[in-house]
Amino acid sequence: MDLRLGVGGPPTSAEKAAVDAVLGDPESSWLGGERTAAGGHIARGGHSARAQRHLLLPALQAVQASSGWVTPGALDYVCTRLTIPPAEAYGVAAFYSLLRTEPAATTVVHVCDDIACRCQGAEALCAEMEKRFGPPSEPGDTRAVSWVRSPCLGRCEQGSAALIQRAGQSPEMLSIAPASVAKIEHALGNGNGSKPLLDPTSPVRTDPAHRRLLRQVDVANPGSLSSYRAHGGYQMLRRALDMGPQGIIREIKEANLLGRGGAAFPTGLKWESVANNPVRPHYFICNADESEPGTFKDRVLIERDPFGVVEALTIAGYATGAERGYIYIRGEYPEAAERLCEAIEQARTQGLLGASIMGSEFHFDIELHRGAGAYIAGEETALFNSIEGHRPEPRNKPPFPTQAGLFAKPTGVNNVETLANVLEILRIGGAAFAELGTPTSTGTRLFCVSGCVERPGLYELEFGATLGELIAMAGGVSGGRPLQTVLLGGAAGSFVGPAALGTPLTFESVRAIGATLGSGVVLVLDDTIDVTDILRRIAQFFRDESCGQCVPCRVGTVRQEELLARMISRRPLGSPERELALLMDIGGVMRDASICGLGQTAAAAVQSAVSLGLIGGPSDGDRVAQQ
Amino acid sequence: MSVTFVAAPKRLLTMTVDGQTIKVPEGTTLLQACQQRGIDTPTLCYLENLTPVNVCRVCVVEVEGSRTLVPACSRKAEDGMVVKSDSDRVRASRKGVLELLASSVDLSLASPEVHQWMERYGAEPDRFGPSSAPPPGNPRDRARPGEHVPADGLAAATVSQPAKLDNDTYIRDYSRCILCYKCVEACGVDAQNTFAIAVAGRGFEARISTEFDVPLPDSACVYCGNCIGVCPTGALMFKSEFDMRNAGTWDESKQTITTTICPYCGVGCNLELHVQDNSIVKVTSPLDHDITRGHLCVKGRFGYQFVQHRSDGSEAQQ
Ligand SMILES: Cc1cc2nc3c(=O)[nH]c(=O)nc-3n(C[C@H](O)[C@H](O)[C@H](O)COP(=O)(O)O)c2cc1C
Ligand code: SF4
Ligand code: SF4
Ligand code: SF4
Ligand code: FES
Ligand code: FES
Repeated sequence: MDLRLGVGGPPTSAEKAAVDAVLGDPESSWLGGERTAAGGHIARGGHSARAQRHLLLPALQAVQASSGWVTPGALDYVCTRLTIPPAEAYGVAAFYSLLRTEPAATTVVHVCDDIACRCQGAEALCAEMEKRFGPPSEPGDTRAVSWVRSPCLGRCEQGSAALIQRAGQSPEMLSIAPASVAKIEHALGNGNGSKPLLDPTSPVRTDPAHRRLLRQVDVANPGSLSSYRAHGGYQMLRRALDMGPQGIIREIKEANLLGRGGAAFPTGLKWESVANNPVRPHYFICNADESEPGTFKDRVLIERDPFGVVEALTIAGYATGAERGYIYIRGEYPEAAERLCEAIEQARTQGLLGASIMGSEFHFDIELHRGAGAYIAGEETALFNSIEGHRPEPRNKPPFPTQAGLFAKPTGVNNVETLANVLEILRIGGAAFAELGTPTSTGTRLFCVSGCVERPGLYELEFGATLGELIAMAGGVSGGRPLQTVLLGGAAGSFVGPAALGTPLTFESVRAIGATLGSGVVLVLDDTIDVTDILRRIAQFFRDESCGQCVPCRVGTVRQEELLARMISRRPLGSPERELALLMDIGGVMRDASICGLGQTAAAAVQSAVSLGLIGGPSDGDRVAQQ
Repeated sequence: MSVTFVAAPKRLLTMTVDGQTIKVPEGTTLLQACQQRGIDTPTLCYLENLTPVNVCRVCVVEVEGSRTLVPACSRKAEDGMVVKSDSDRVRASRKGVLELLASSVDLSLASPEVHQWMERYGAEPDRFGPSSAPPPGNPRDRARPGEHVPADGLAAATVSQPAKLDNDTYIRDYSRCILCYKCVEACGVDAQNTFAIAVAGRGFEARISTEFDVPLPDSACVYCGNCIGVCPTGALMFKSEFDMRNAGTWDESKQTITTTICPYCGVGCNLELHVQDNSIVKVTSPLDHDITRGHLCVKGRFGYQFVQHRSDGSEAQQ
């Protein structure tokens, strides 16, 4: 490889320091270090530099935090240090929405206008933002403070959310929920070091006696390992080390645990095929990218029980023969990432990570990776590419992750909630766990209830409760208004009507009505909500989040959004029937021919709305016309 | 002692393609299996001298037991596999993919097969409405990931944009780009190892780009032209061809192709000189050449001016 470097000019000293803080000091002048008598003759580029490509995204994030954008000089320096062609590094930087590749505002406020917040007045908040801060930012906007609309920030139960991204000498990321212009102004005025403006009573609604996955929430102090241990923490790792890998996998299989990240794959089988793979090393990844609109469960688990996540991942690593674990957390969760960072540090100091854990032969450590604004990075193979420093484009399967995953090695990936179940399985035993719920949906499930309900929040329910029971637990539809529809499973899920209130929220019953539990989203819409507006936001979301790799999704998501816009404005191309047929055709090719789950489900919500008559029927236009 | 490496004999797999049982060696792709049965499968991002990226999805086939369709170009045959290459689902998806592509990209210079496939599958790209007018400048190059101007649906968005003319050897007209990744692969590990271009941006704004969209002369490009050699749509084109097309003088019926060997070094790459009106108008190289697999360097690709140095001092047109 023959890199052409230096075209971008030198980095500023602040940028160089920010990059060196991630990559360590350069070893020789070849890599941009001091020119010394000895160093001038040594070039440690080549393999050792290229083997650090997984540091590309962290290095780019450091530059972004320092300068507010990835400057040509800094990109060049990162490329020199890591032996990466600048065109490739630019391609990576230009993928993520929290990175900028041209001069930009040093402070950017991301304001959620996604599905759950829309039900609570996100448009009004955006209008106020515009009044106070001017129009939303566009490419080339270098005002000191600017703002942009954002997809779901994972704080849907609060009704509104914002994220402040501030670059400079002491960069920071700060969440605000519920959000208001006053709170945002206050946070901006406070300068650095302001505390997160979060509602401390972020609602976890299930009463403590019925909590299994949420057992430690508000019990143990999430900032203290000793508090976690005092409340029974790390006893399951002890038990796991006594049982041995095969014993653990037997329990998980007996528990019949299915993955909670969306695909409902049997966890025991996944662990077994990683464990049995002769290729070494093995890796285990906790997927905390949680970006499905309407989802906030993983954030609550991480913010309020970070040690639980670390303990469960350690057990997963032990059971599958991995010595290195990764947690990939979305970039929009700064507080949760901070918590995890502290938890990992504390676990290391107490010998619960590192060599000879709890005095055993088992060595394991965890690396925390932060995303940078990309829903698709939560797709497991895209996630591997993201960690490896490539564009987070999903890979074609096969090969499956358990055969060739991260760094092409056997890799297990589980959602945060799935891992939380592992602790419960070890606590009560696989057989007892399998008794909970129904035979094919065992255990409990976290439901992210938002939208028009009296008590939005996180609910932990044994599988089997019906949708109606869950909504009743949440206090029913706000103000006692009539229910219009419920979006189950998030943007990639589907709408169900009031007829589904009696449906048990189990994998099998929900599948039987053609829907999915997905990531546990239950977005309740009353009769005042304009469903076409929600549908349009969903269509925009997929168009924005498609990686662009494959034709059906790259272009299909664009055509779907265009078509919905025509239906809503009642300006069909030809007859409405023709438009509906076209919509179904676009959905069909996306579902059948796309590479990954994003394209395959990008039409699901829209098509379910059509079959429920929420759009495309004679009534929807009238409803719009009334407003 | 001399050691001879003999490839292990390949196991034969039995599979069914469109109802007919065939035997294929292990490692065969479904595309090859279809070829063996004489079935013509459309492909856009596949090329035999590049690693499959399986992104265009025009080659999809139905495999029994698989929830979604699978790309024939990269999926390996398995024992007992039942493949359908012409089912309703397959036809609908191929039609859909071609329609979506043709509605967003200028395919007028794509190979004749592409137009035959569009006819075969009944693709109607104008189902999505009239194409939107190209926006002024090229905002695609500055598009920020995850943002777009909400659509009104009255016109179908396209990738239409001005061609990039930044050097004397070749042009990049990305309004013809189907994002097949072939040029990136040819510039990277599959041939040139120069990595001057990569995919940047995402979604509909994903695009082939140098770092920060700098002009090619400021990039790592060495003008080997291997990207031109693999581009299936005319997005990458000899400057000579581009100029002649603009002038209306490009006429393939008047062109001859002379196969020769590059005079510059000892590798002996095969050259195909495309000649019109006694001037070389472009240079290609056969994909099936043992050594070069169709790839050349700047000298073989563009260093032909000396041939056209006329004794009377006049130069042939570029
Ligand atoms: C577009 C897309 C986004 C995804 N995002 C997430 C995510 O944020 N978190 C997650 O756990 N799984 C996500 N998944 C599912 C993962 O690919 C994978 O199936 C999951 O992490 C496996 O864990 P589980 O078996 O515990 O569910 C996503 C899938 C797709 C297609
Ligand atoms: S389906 Fe969409 S997100 Fe998935 S690989 Fe294709 S373009 Fe990318
Ligand atoms: S001409 Fe050669 S070096 Fe330049 S972009 Fe094309 S393949 Fe890469
Ligand atoms: S420029 Fe040509 S080769 Fe490159 S991606 Fe576009 S169509 Fe493919
Ligand atoms: S935080 Fe706004 S929709 Fe989730
Ligand atoms: S040719 Fe197979 S996916 Fe493009």
